[in-house]
Amino acid sequence: MSTPDYRLSQLETLEAESIHVIREVVAELERPVLLFSGGKDSIVMLELARKAFAPARIPFPVMHVDTGLNFPDVLEFRDKRVAELGVQLVVASVPDAIAAGTVKEEPNGSRNRIQTPVLLDAVEEHGFTALFGGARRDEDKARAKERVFSFRDEFGQWDPKNQRPELWDLYNGRIHLGESIRVFPLSNWTELDIWQYILREEIAIPALYLAQERDVVERQGMLYAVNEFIRPRDGEQVRRETVRYRTVGDANLTAAVLSQATTVEDVIAEIAVTRMTERGATRGDDKVSDAAMEDRKKEGYF
Amino acid sequence: MSASTLPAGAADLAFARKDILRIATAGSVDDGKSTLIGRLLYDSKAIFEDQYEAVERASKGDYVDLALLTDGLRAEREQGITIDVAYRYFSTPRRTFILADTPGHVQYTRNMVTGASTADLAIVLVDARKGMLEQSRRHAFLASLLRVPHLVVAVNKMDLVGWSEDVYESIRDEFSAFAAKLNVPDLTVIPISALNGDNVVTHSANTPWYEGTTLLHHLEHVHVASDRNLVDARFPVQYVIRPQSDAFHDYRGYAGTVASGVLRPGDEVQVLPSGLTTTIAAIDGPRGPVAEAFPPMAVTVRLTDDVDVSRGDLICRPANAPVATQDVDALVCWMADEPLRPRQRIAIKHTTRTVRGAVKELAYRLDVNTLHRDTEAGELGLNDIGRVRLRATQPLFVDDYTRNRVTGRFILVDEATNATVGAGMLTPAG
Repeated sequence: MSTPDYRLSQLETLEAESIHVIREVVAELERPVLLFSGGKDSIVMLELARKAFAPARIPFPVMHVDTGLNFPDVLEFRDKRVAELGVQLVVASVPDAIAAGTVKEEPNGSRNRIQTPVLLDAVEEHGFTALFGGARRDEDKARAKERVFSFRDEFGQWDPKNQRPELWDLYNGRIHLGESIRVFPLSNWTELDIWQYILREEIAIPALYLAQERDVVERQGMLYAVNEFIRPRDGEQVRRETVRYRTVGDANLTAAVLSQATTVEDVIAEIAVTRMTERGATRGDDKVSDAAMEDRKKEGYF
Repeated sequence: MSASTLPAGAADLAFARKDILRIATAGSVDDGKSTLIGRLLYDSKAIFEDQYEAVERASKGDYVDLALLTDGLRAEREQGITIDVAYRYFSTPRRTFILADTPGHVQYTRNMVTGASTADLAIVLVDARKGMLEQSRRHAFLASLLRVPHLVVAVNKMDLVGWSEDVYESIRDEFSAFAAKLNVPDLTVIPISALNGDNVVTHSANTPWYEGTTLLHHLEHVHVASDRNLVDARFPVQYVIRPQSDAFHDYRGYAGTVASGVLRPGDEVQVLPSGLTTTIAAIDGPRGPVAEAFPPMAVTVRLTDDVDVSRGDLICRPANAPVATQDVDALVCWMADEPLRPRQRIAIKHTTRTVRGAVKELAYRLDVNTLHRDTEAGELGLNDIGRVRLRATQPLFVDDYTRNRVTGRFILVDEATNATVGAGMLTPAG
């Protein structure tokens, strides 16, 4: 694999860097947890965690903040993967929190904002001190600014103007009681890197990521597949299109893209020439404002 | 737009052989730094339509303000400055680039150091009309302090000095003299216009007198393979893997990232601090056993003897060990509001070993503009750099930073606030 001059390829370098980060967290922090949604980025992150500790089991649980709006295939995939690896799954449920009255449903139906307090409550309940997230710096302007070890205060808040210096690969995971560190092992991966790695390592992914014929409606130039969360509204024409999902967020907000890609190789070929970002093409929830992500992170969002 | 760079992807058969070059850019927004980065991204098709449209909408002037692509925080947009490092990704068929866009202002020096610490190459941007300013000197000095192996000076806005060869040459000569003092191993000076794209991706007809390469060509071809230390085997143990399962009842693996040198099964090795010698039985990589491990591979080393090894220990060759010492002499970049003073207690994180320590002595504070050493300085303030002697409660296994960028570096952590307050580079004692 490696070239004779002892250089690693791009994917090998990223992989080594991520494994180093994951091991460092486990060595330095008491109670880590990995945020696993069954989406492609967290699937790759979980695979890297498996490699970091093989042949031993992954020495921490995984957690899913379940908004109650997930694609059923993705939840099924989540449970299957967790069982295969023999890791404990903690589910923090937004519907339960709504029922208990700890959070209120937002008028626009998005549970993006209200999942933050649910996450923070679960972190407090289980005493987690480090949370692995699958965010990549190429996803958003605010994320491009975030450290690999992102310090959060007792409210989970990110202070972008006062981040800890992060030198070389010497990560500082020291915290006081109640504080936590969000860790992003995939910081330097791009969407294309994730797919190339899925291909190279033959990693299983939910079927939604590959193209299939679906009933769709068009809203604000985006195609939404009709499902239990998306019902055609008055005047909307349902049509049959071959589509795939570039990202898997909440089923009521995530759009699909026209695609003929039925294999991972096909997906890579399409992404390599696409002219739209992953979130720009598919997420109704990130278009709120130019600084939407920065504002959410300041409140404790990933 | 140039067609010389195509998006890299499935059609790129060389993908598996592509490597990564890490770049840090320094300079102020006024020097055209954001425009240059925007151009590199735009010309290598790393900017997507929706990002470009958002920038178009937000641009207030007559042209699309590419700076808006790189300044992501609300405060940065409001003030028109870069506060913290932003990471950008682009690639050409030859290479993938991770670009750390760092702030130029002196009050954000610590953020520039953060961005430059992992770089293979630093680009310092200079305005051709202004020449080498205090800020450019500081950027070049910090890059040399961190031993960023390759330095590129991009002389920007050449269109505003009539593409004058004399202007270019005087800036080049000034930088060469400064770089000679700093022991910069590789300096390249390129005349460009980021706004118009001259010599960024394509050769400019405006500089017939310039015989060098374009900036992108240089980034694609700069030779970084020999920048790493492949001579001195150093393996700091990060984590001990003990499955404690029936299938792997006796498995004990020492996980870590190779700091330098090459390790192979069969090698005789020594474990520090115990000094015990043993042999490497096997090395497990992410996909199973490997025949050799070199930096920056993250592997698990198994030893033939059941010796006691834990996190913070270091595996090396018996005839080539780092220095074990509790006395650390280093150049320190101080990053906290509260100054560093002699007798102060502090935690030192070096490789996978964190120890407590104290500041013994501040030998001098360095003026980064004149390189003058002030031996009378009683403290190091925020963003100051100085030579410090530390005393650690336990031995550290160190090499000089000039020889080994991994075992020659450390960070300082304030034990009360837990903040990262300093970065240190080990220098020979004396």
